Amino acid sequence: MNNARDIGDVLLKVEDISLSFGGVQALTDVTFEVRAREVLGIIGPNGAGKSSMLNVINGFYHPDKGRITYKGTTRTKMRPHEAARQGIARTFQNIALFKGMSTLDNIMTGRNTMMHRNFLWQALYLGPARTEELEHRRAVERIIDFLEIEAIRKTPVGRLPYGLQKRVELGRALAAEPELLLLDEPMAGMNLEEKEDMCRFILDVNDEFGTTIALIEHDMAVVMDICDRVVVLDYGRKIADGSPDAVRTNQDVIDAYLGVSHD
Amino acid sequence: MLYREAGQFKTSYAKDQAVFPIIQDRWFIALILVVAYGVVPFVANEYWLQAVLIPFLIFALAAIGLNLLTGYAGQLSLGTGAFMAVGAYATYKITTAFPEINILVVFVMSGFVAAGVGVVFGIPSLRIKGFYLAVATLAAQFFILWLFNKVGWFYNDNPSGTITAPPRTFLGIMVTGPEATAETRYLISLTFLVIFALLAKNLVRGRIGRAWMAIRDMDVAAEIIGIRPLQTKLLAFAISSFYCGVAGAMTVFLWLGSAETEAFDIFVSFQVLFMVIIGGLGSILGSILGAAFITLVPIFLTNAPALVNLPMPTDLGKHIEEIIFGGMIIFFLIVEPNGFARLWQIAKEKLRRWPFPY
Repeated sequence: MNNARDIGDVLLKVEDISLSFGGVQALTDVTFEVRAREVLGIIGPNGAGKSSMLNVINGFYHPDKGRITYKGTTRTKMRPHEAARQGIARTFQNIALFKGMSTLDNIMTGRNTMMHRNFLWQALYLGPARTEELEHRRAVERIIDFLEIEAIRKTPVGRLPYGLQKRVELGRALAAEPELLLLDEPMAGMNLEEKEDMCRFILDVNDEFGTTIALIEHDMAVVMDICDRVVVLDYGRKIADGSPDAVRTNQDVIDAYLGVSHD
Repeated sequence: MLYREAGQFKTSYAKDQAVFPIIQDRWFIALILVVAYGVVPFVANEYWLQAVLIPFLIFALAAIGLNLLTGYAGQLSLGTGAFMAVGAYATYKITTAFPEINILVVFVMSGFVAAGVGVVFGIPSLRIKGFYLAVATLAAQFFILWLFNKVGWFYNDNPSGTITAPPRTFLGIMVTGPEATAETRYLISLTFLVIFALLAKNLVRGRIGRAWMAIRDMDVAAEIIGIRPLQTKLLAFAISSFYCGVAGAMTVFLWLGSAETEAFDIFVSFQVLFMVIIGGLGSILGSILGAAFITLVPIFLTNAPALVNLPMPTDLGKHIEEIIFGGMIIFFLIVEPNGFARLWQIAKEKLRRWPFPY
């Protein structure tokens, strides 16, 4: 369904990534690439290393070995705030919103790295700092309109229902105007209607802003529907990589999900 | 009935982001300022100014400082007293070494000295959190006071070991020293509080405040969206200590007149922390309300038996006062753990809907 869009060059390439925690090998020699403007699904059984892979990409974990090439520059180590500055944003499996702050403030925080006035201007709240604040407010209001959360603008996010919190978190990631958006189970725990909404937002983001999206999801129907390409991990290794249809019929994938008969 | 926002339309984001978006609030604040500046200095007597209002204003400033650090940035600190002492001693050293510098400028300069010291003691916050950080700041409390007692240079080798406010003028009016009137010192304290409360409010509603709250609420997520934890926490320590330092300088120069390190001991740190907790973590208004509660209620309780003509021995009165005061703190925290700021907010919401319950 997404074939009409033009998938660009390689935006992100991970090569031979290995990561271990003590004796546990979370990732072993994982190699794949993400192309500009595509929607990439990362799937796999529980504990396959999907979230660890996202954490490696945005610099939260440092891989033991391997290279990450993002927009042509190769690096092994990066701090999360550097990744954020280079246009990588993400959401979390367990919602990681700032609970004491309103929806508006949460999304505004997503634009913090783009605001540059120092604290003296901030304290005076005059001239450039005020202009800057209002400019970003305008941008944030566009995101609020886009995600249809106008009514909960001033509500502290701790009081919102789960589905809306997920949406606010997506808004916070979008506020940074990322080139690469990493979504960790954006539809976990949602009902059908909420899932449909979320799918619509993801496709719209991809379509309207040209954002590249890599998402982890367990709902196969969703993955097969909205992803251009799917990478399958199992026990920290990549076992398949290809179009949804190709992955669906791949014997290794079927074995990983359904188990292998031993007789 | 009077408190309605119906018909007040916000037509721009600037108006929506104003500190007091509702016109009734603006009138209320204006009224308070008019009374504080125009009425209080003429009606209040020396006792009220010296024993009640000046300490309230000074502690409100210190509480705002601590609230920026603990309430907004989420870093628990027990070193408030020490940072106040740094401000006081820095003012003393600067104004005795350079008497020609305007004393109010010296207050601000000492704030910067306190900010520097605050940053040094804020460095552990990158690694440790919560109660463990509180213990680390406790080290600041004891070390700094010990240093000021031990090294004579800090109090100019004064044999009494105290620092005394020398007479200094501002616009030809005596503002510190024994000849400064309580009215002058009250007005200066009030002006400092008003200006710095406004600056603090601006900080917390902008980028920096959001970064602080993000670190407080979820530091991992904050880091991933590009907020640098070290810089953000150290800035919180610096600005918080700046406020405490200015408050400390005012304690000696506008309130006590002369002081030893005991004026800034651990109990001061706790007192300011209580103000912040009772007033409401993460609220500038709450800091002021908390300071009012902690400084005014004991004075009210001391005078209450005399008001109702109840004869009572002084020591018994003092003990009863402490019991009632402790009980009130517990009561308020059970009724509203989020402090006076939250009570105030609830009251406003109720007023807005009155006479309907929903």
